[in-house]
Amino acid sequence: MSDVKNETATVSVMNQLPDASIVGQSPLFHADLATIAKKGPNTGGVSFKEEALLGHITLRMNADNAEQMSVVEKVLGVALPTQPLTSVSQGDVVVRWISPDEWLITVPGLQAFDIETAFQQNMIGHYQVVNVSGGQTLVTLSGKHAKDVIKKSSPIDLHPSEFPVGKVVTSVFAKSSAVIRRSGEETFELVIRRSFSDYLWLWIQDASREYGLVVEA
Amino acid sequence: MFLIYCPHCGEHREEEEFHNHGQAHIARPLDPDSCTDEEWGNYMFFRKNPKGLHHELWVHAAGCRKFFNVTRNTATYEIKEVYKIGEQPKVVE
Repeated sequence: MSDVKNETATVSVMNQLPDASIVGQSPLFHADLATIAKKGPNTGGVSFKEEALLGHITLRMNADNAEQMSVVEKVLGVALPTQPLTSVSQGDVVVRWISPDEWLITVPGLQAFDIETAFQQNMIGHYQVVNVSGGQTLVTLSGKHAKDVIKKSSPIDLHPSEFPVGKVVTSVFAKSSAVIRRSGEETFELVIRRSFSDYLWLWIQDASREYGLVVEA
Repeated sequence: MFLIYCPHCGEHREEEEFHNHGQAHIARPLDPDSCTDEEWGNYMFFRKNPKGLHHELWVHAAGCRKFFNVTRNTATYEIKEVYKIGEQPKVVE
């Protein structure tokens, strides 16, 4: 087992967001949402907002391992959701269940490196922590017709009895994929791929046209 | 709508999220070097193609990305049962 120990010690962790003084460009930077928000209507059926430059961390480990679970609780301040399709949130930290051995943790961008480092220092056994912040972004759809826009894009049943607040699903979304979480009665968070973000931004504008799209920045 | 139950997510999802990976329960020969060409060829290339009950491997590709087994009637598309990898099918006839 000594090999395993050595490998753990030499894991290289790269700080993807060096510090707050460097301007980061989110996947929807080119869309200039701030200008659109200033110009556009203030009322409508759907509101769109990019939660730009959050820290996204993928964690893979064994949920049956009590020691690993207690390390996670120590690092994040909140226990991992082990029930399928659920999420937990504590302040700015949201942990989404992705698969029986995989979770997606979102934190404010500048905390990602600290949390990743804390995992590498404290975690034991067989596990994986990867900072995937650069590969995806989080957008929120809210308002009375937010669910109608998602209904057009995904086969997921969004009725409150099937999809309560806090539920998370990974599914197809407009020929791409998204991790959809209901964060409020009328608020949904979508974690989408960076490479599909422009396509989905165009898609969402088109799909929300009939309800009136409000862009928030 | 063709709904498939994912045993890892614990709910029915649209077929669009899944991929079929063909016949399940194909055991790799324990000692490939001592296989005859016929044995290896059968393991590698030859698959059942039944009309009726079939045990298949599926993956929840757009969801949790886990593999699981499905017992399905290939003529009617009826899914008899869904069970995890490593388990044995209950419906065999």
